[in-house]
Amino acid sequence: MTPDLSVDLGFLKLRNPVLTASGTFGYGLEFEPFMDLAKIGGIVVKGLYYGPREGNPPPRLVETTGGLINAIGLQGVGVEKFAAEVLPRLRRIDTAVLVNVCGASDEEYLKAIEFLDSLDGIAAYELNISCPNVKKNGLCPALGPDPTYALVKQAKAASRRPVIVKLSPNVTDIVEIAKAAEEAGADGLSLINTLLAMAVDIETRRPKLANIFGGLSGPAIKPIALRMTYQVAAAVRVPVIGLGGIMTGADAIEYLIVGARAVQVGTANFIDPAAAARIAGEMKEFCVRKGIAKIADLVGTLKTD
Amino acid sequence: MPHDPAAKIIKKQSWGDYHLFRLETPALAAGAEPGQFLMIRVSDTPYPLLRRPISLHAKEKDALEIFFQVAGQGTALLAQRKEGETLDILGPFGKGFIPETSGLSSPAYLVGGGRGIAPLYFLALELNKLGTWVKVLYGGKSLADLPIKEKFEEAGLDIVCSTDDGSFGYHGFVTGVLETEIRRQKPGILYVCGPDPMMKKTAEIAAASDIPARISLESMMGCGFGACWGCVKRIKNDGGGQWRKICEDGPVFWAEEIIWEEKE
Repeated sequence: MTPDLSVDLGFLKLRNPVLTASGTFGYGLEFEPFMDLAKIGGIVVKGLYYGPREGNPPPRLVETTGGLINAIGLQGVGVEKFAAEVLPRLRRIDTAVLVNVCGASDEEYLKAIEFLDSLDGIAAYELNISCPNVKKNGLCPALGPDPTYALVKQAKAASRRPVIVKLSPNVTDIVEIAKAAEEAGADGLSLINTLLAMAVDIETRRPKLANIFGGLSGPAIKPIALRMTYQVAAAVRVPVIGLGGIMTGADAIEYLIVGARAVQVGTANFIDPAAAARIAGEMKEFCVRKGIAKIADLVGTLKTD
Repeated sequence: MPHDPAAKIIKKQSWGDYHLFRLETPALAAGAEPGQFLMIRVSDTPYPLLRRPISLHAKEKDALEIFFQVAGQGTALLAQRKEGETLDILGPFGKGFIPETSGLSSPAYLVGGGRGIAPLYFLALELNKLGTWVKVLYGGKSLADLPIKEKFEEAGLDIVCSTDDGSFGYHGFVTGVLETEIRRQKPGILYVCGPDPMMKKTAEIAAASDIPARISLESMMGCGFGACWGCVKRIKNDGGGQWRKICEDGPVFWAEEIIWEEKE
């Protein structure tokens, strides 16, 4: 018996539940030498602002126990260069392409969506609501239900495509933000973005990142991400995509059991550039071993009695 | 595919903190060029999580050599690996030393500081094959930091050594030796790898003497193949400068392209 690994997000059918996480997979093409991209559910490309972004000075990365703190600063090529140089090559690959959209203001998000809407070969947008808003003292929309609602409402009105909202864990109550995004019309939610973190060099007493703070990812954050995925999936009706520290098929299965309909593989891509395809294979093996005919049947089956 | 999940260590030599591995890896050796590097897993568990970038030291048919210094947790684990064991390796990555255009100048001075000598051995042999006359300037803190100087002599290469403490060779920095050698005979090109202050000083000497220089930068890396954007250096462009990836756009740059930041 070959198990059916496909999952239906309502707005998008995936051949298997494994996507790659934005910011850890470049623009996708970097991974072609290592993996057949048609073997995964889809890719979420690196966050795009409307214009090119310079990014932060180095050091941008620091490795910590079971994790990685990054402060890349969303360096990127902008939507025009993406359309001209990257997207035509991605269209040739048989996999769903999702674009992570960034903005330094609500207006910039909408400008990027308007431009991307004119292009073919994009399955959905993932709204990165964790970008500092230059008009609001650098606060990002993800920090409150009201700015989240306002941005998602506008993005949905502007977009001809489904909009997934990527939630930040750096909030008091992620469920409240998730509900605000859903109420504003989000087609799906992905969580979690990285956890705000820092590391210090005790010899020099300097922060190990030039930006002082960065976002923690990797296996160290999985228990927190899993808990948040469980809480959010229980509170909303739209499909939830879980991510944070997935290194193996077993990690991904945990996310499905707590209610995620799909997952994203992030930091693992750096260590094993074929990780996403490997993880999809390991999920299939799990289904075979457990006699599960359809992997979607695992979603939200956590037993708490 | 640029991945060998089981490259066998067929020879290991150690000198204190410095180690040399010869790795049997026909697939990765095939197109390897001097100045490129490998991304090596140092643990079978996620601790430490990331691979370590290690530059290529030599190529011989189906084998590649690496020469590295223990600099932290990752390289300490790597140093514990024994002959007969295998390593999971990605690569080779990056743009190498030998420029694609603008020809090969002669003579070429190869300037290495400490573990920065590693890629210059591979380069020296390749340049020799191409008919370029080579002189190697090898500097370290002390005699113990020059463990592979004989290797260059055995290969018939012209080598000048220096130590900061005067325990061997010229007493002083390798950049001092470079200035002396330039006064004696001006080279057509410099190839440089070492600690940042040494490379910065070399770039200044090169600029003052109007000698083109190829400089190999070192950085902590997340992936090694251009996906994470973690290992950047300020490189000149039309608008003044931009952050370019050391792993993909480098690790070797022309000295005149590099903007040396005061604090990094």
